[in-house]
Amino acid sequence: MKFAVCVFPGSNCDYDTYYVIRDILEKDVEFVYWEEKNLSKYDVVVLPGGFSFGDYLRPGALAARTPLAQAIYDFAQKGKYVIGICNGFQILTELGLLPGALLPNLNMRFVCKWVNLRVENERSAFTRKLEKGDVLRIPIAHHDGRYYVPEEELRKMEENGQILFRYCDEQGEVKEEVNPNGSVSNIAGVMNKEGNVFGMMPHPERASEDILGSHDGLMLWYSLLSD
Amino acid sequence: MERVWEAYGLTEEEYRKILKTLKREPNHVELGVLGALWSEHCSYKSSKKHLKKFPTKAEWVVQGPGENAGVVKIDEKVWVAFKVESHNHPSYIEPFHGAATGVGGIIRDVLSMGARPIALADSLRFGEFNYHETKRLVKGVVSGISFYGNCIGVPTVAGETVFEPSYKTNPLVNAFCLGVIPAGRMYRARATREGQLLFLIGSSTGRDGIFGAVMASGEFSEDVEEKRPNVQIGDPYFGKKLVEAIMEIVEKDLIVGMQDLGAAGLAGSASEIAAKSEKGVELYLENVPLREKDMNPYEILLSESQERMLLVVEEENVEKVKEIANKWHLEGAVVGKITDDDTFRAYYKGELVAELPVSLIVDEAPVYDRPYKEPEYMKEVRNFNQEELPQTDVKEALKKLLSSPNISCKEWVYTQYDYQVGTNTLLIPGHDAAVLRLKWVLRPELTTEKGIAISSEGNGRMVYLNPYEGGKFVVAEVCRNLACVGAKPLAITDCLNFGNPERPEIMWQFVKAVEGMAEACEELGIPVVSGNVSLYNETVEKNEIRNVFPTPIVVGVGVLEKAEKYTPSKVEKESELYLVGNLEENLRLDGSEYLKVIHGLIKGDVPPVDLEKEKILINLLISFNNKELITCAHDVSVGGLLIALLEMVFRTPYGLEVEVYTDERPDVFFFSENPTRVIIGVESDKAEEVKNAVEKAGLEWMYIGKTTEEKKIKVTFNGDTLLEDELEEYEKLWRTSLEKLLGST
Repeated sequence: MKFAVCVFPGSNCDYDTYYVIRDILEKDVEFVYWEEKNLSKYDVVVLPGGFSFGDYLRPGALAARTPLAQAIYDFAQKGKYVIGICNGFQILTELGLLPGALLPNLNMRFVCKWVNLRVENERSAFTRKLEKGDVLRIPIAHHDGRYYVPEEELRKMEENGQILFRYCDEQGEVKEEVNPNGSVSNIAGVMNKEGNVFGMMPHPERASEDILGSHDGLMLWYSLLSD
Repeated sequence: MERVWEAYGLTEEEYRKILKTLKREPNHVELGVLGALWSEHCSYKSSKKHLKKFPTKAEWVVQGPGENAGVVKIDEKVWVAFKVESHNHPSYIEPFHGAATGVGGIIRDVLSMGARPIALADSLRFGEFNYHETKRLVKGVVSGISFYGNCIGVPTVAGETVFEPSYKTNPLVNAFCLGVIPAGRMYRARATREGQLLFLIGSSTGRDGIFGAVMASGEFSEDVEEKRPNVQIGDPYFGKKLVEAIMEIVEKDLIVGMQDLGAAGLAGSASEIAAKSEKGVELYLENVPLREKDMNPYEILLSESQERMLLVVEEENVEKVKEIANKWHLEGAVVGKITDDDTFRAYYKGELVAELPVSLIVDEAPVYDRPYKEPEYMKEVRNFNQEELPQTDVKEALKKLLSSPNISCKEWVYTQYDYQVGTNTLLIPGHDAAVLRLKWVLRPELTTEKGIAISSEGNGRMVYLNPYEGGKFVVAEVCRNLACVGAKPLAITDCLNFGNPERPEIMWQFVKAVEGMAEACEELGIPVVSGNVSLYNETVEKNEIRNVFPTPIVVGVGVLEKAEKYTPSKVEKESELYLVGNLEENLRLDGSEYLKVIHGLIKGDVPPVDLEKEKILINLLISFNNKELITCAHDVSVGGLLIALLEMVFRTPYGLEVEVYTDERPDVFFFSENPTRVIIGVESDKAEEVKNAVEKAGLEWMYIGKTTEEKKIKVTFNGDTLLEDELEEYEKLWRTSLEKLLGST
């Protein structure tokens, strides 16, 4: 399985993501830059966190209008795997590959901290090595992470099993007190209806080694690699 | 004669010196250049004489003071560059942008050494919350740092925030950055021969920040509002692109040297390169990419627009450098050339607009030996006898202290900073020092097992009470913090924040503090490799002249043999707790948070640091870490022993049982901030070995209690129970007090 890590001007988790794939998972990985149009040699495209184009206009809005974004769109249409982390998730919603939008956090402040995530659907390509109800410890770091979809769409997403992760407490209870940004229904990560495009606000690449405090983030990659 | 010099921040004497050298009257542009570069901020004219007292050399020092950052060796393959700098004045005028550009500026200083910036730290000082502007200042500064640091992708891993009335209209915002360099690949502000070109890369140039250096060298009066246009505006997105472009340029070996554009803009960096290279320089101002119409030569030369770097390039590499600039959507143009005479010349569309000897701008900048004398207040603060203090209830005092913003948890601040980007941060904010691994050094092939520790301190109150002992106190505390996590202190960088040096009392604080710091550095074997001086932190109001507490912010950098083998400051397993260090010194409450919060007094003398014992303690802690003899270690500092113990169990599953037998008064024993004392956690089966090692080293130990599995606190003092409570009520005060003071939004 060959990975591409996307680099836009202002991406800043590109090296961290590349490092996990290359040095921890020991898989083939290359950077692809924002003017790239051809992704045919890759099996998985990862959009890392950061502030692409300085978050000007809206987070992800400008990155979604680059040649690379168009290539990612086409890549996803072919049913290949696309993962967006943090700013990558914002780009995927801007690109229309994932439903919903990411709004500024309710308290209007950037927040960097460890959170707990409950696995909501264990049957996806990104979670199949996990059990429903498992609690993962993974950090967040964002200013615009409040997930929003209209109620009707949310209901459909739930029916389709598109909600993969919700913010919860250490015991796995999903409640408002542990919602770090005001996301609707505590949503932290979602996938498209077809199940090949996935986005999440927390940073799994920051939870892929015990010395960083957790290796729970690796389960996403392991799930994908067990294909 | 008209007092023309005043508009440029020069004195009459300085103006006469210029006339004498030039043998003519300088024009408007030349005066602008000299005014900016002879400012206190750029020339260090009041401090230079005394800064020479710092030791600056050690076997592992590659680059000491005088460059954009100091550089030390970590091992054979890896060097680190680091520096701390102030952005105090701009941050009061415009807290958000002032703080943001402070971060951007220090990142570029480190970048200009050829280093990739990988860590930031911030030391902040504000007034207390009874001053109506404090909330706004805190929120503005923290969100400015958050905005810039997070976006540029450099984690903010350490720092401290202190509230004290003296800072109310003059907050201190000191930013530190550390970067990594593959050994041997350091850059400096140098050209090697005439004919090399100066290539300006980064943002375009606008009118922002003109005369910022002069503003930063004056005191505040009531005209603060008018100074807003002097504050630069930062754009971290351009900063990030500049970092990536410079990294690509140095990886491809395309330049000879570089200098970032900071104070005094293009004039400042071009003359810096010329002076250090012992060459001359010619600038072609019409080539500078501009963002505003009709800028005149004066504005182009002195603009402090951010995110710009001046590169020294051989002609044959210009096209390649330009391509990289284009790739990263940056401006880039040849704006000058190195010449073989000692002259700084600026041309605008062929016309010579400024011509000055480089030596006049840089080397002949004035140096003052300002008079100093002991201030009157010293007698008053010395009039203190702790025996006369009324006894207080320990429990009540403890709760008040936990609610003090100087002690309560700074989570509100540091969770707004991305402290993890780069995935190198092993010990996050909240410990005695941050610990970083270096997963890669620019390239995957270049790695090291070593870890880096970073800690910053600057107890202005102690320095105020006794600048000399206070200077020692601050340096010792930083080194002790590094040792607590198990790191060997390598070097420090300092930012000396003081008041108006033209007042002999303030100059006395400065001289004494520098001497105390220098002595501590000498005794502990720690060189000073870079730094910054911020003077004129003074506010002149109708009824009061207020200088900030003399505040040297010291950031220490240490090395761990193995990055993942560090000692945490928090309890991670059941342990016996011992106080170790210099326990023979009389315990004093002088200068303590307890004395201020409970008794409303800032008085006394600084408990002196026994530097010999401090050095022993530092080495002992490092050996405990390397031999894995202790489970945790935490320095006793602001708030004293009981606060330190609580900090070790807050946010852990553990509780505390403290058991003390002593002849001291309970308030003195629990709240003294005497230095050279550390609490360590030891597993029972290793306790004998640890105690023996402490004694053998010539230090003292004292059993102080143990951790418990229940989240409770119990304190017995000479057999009497002083406290027996759920830990939660104390932890909640500690966790929520700062946020409450700041309000919910």
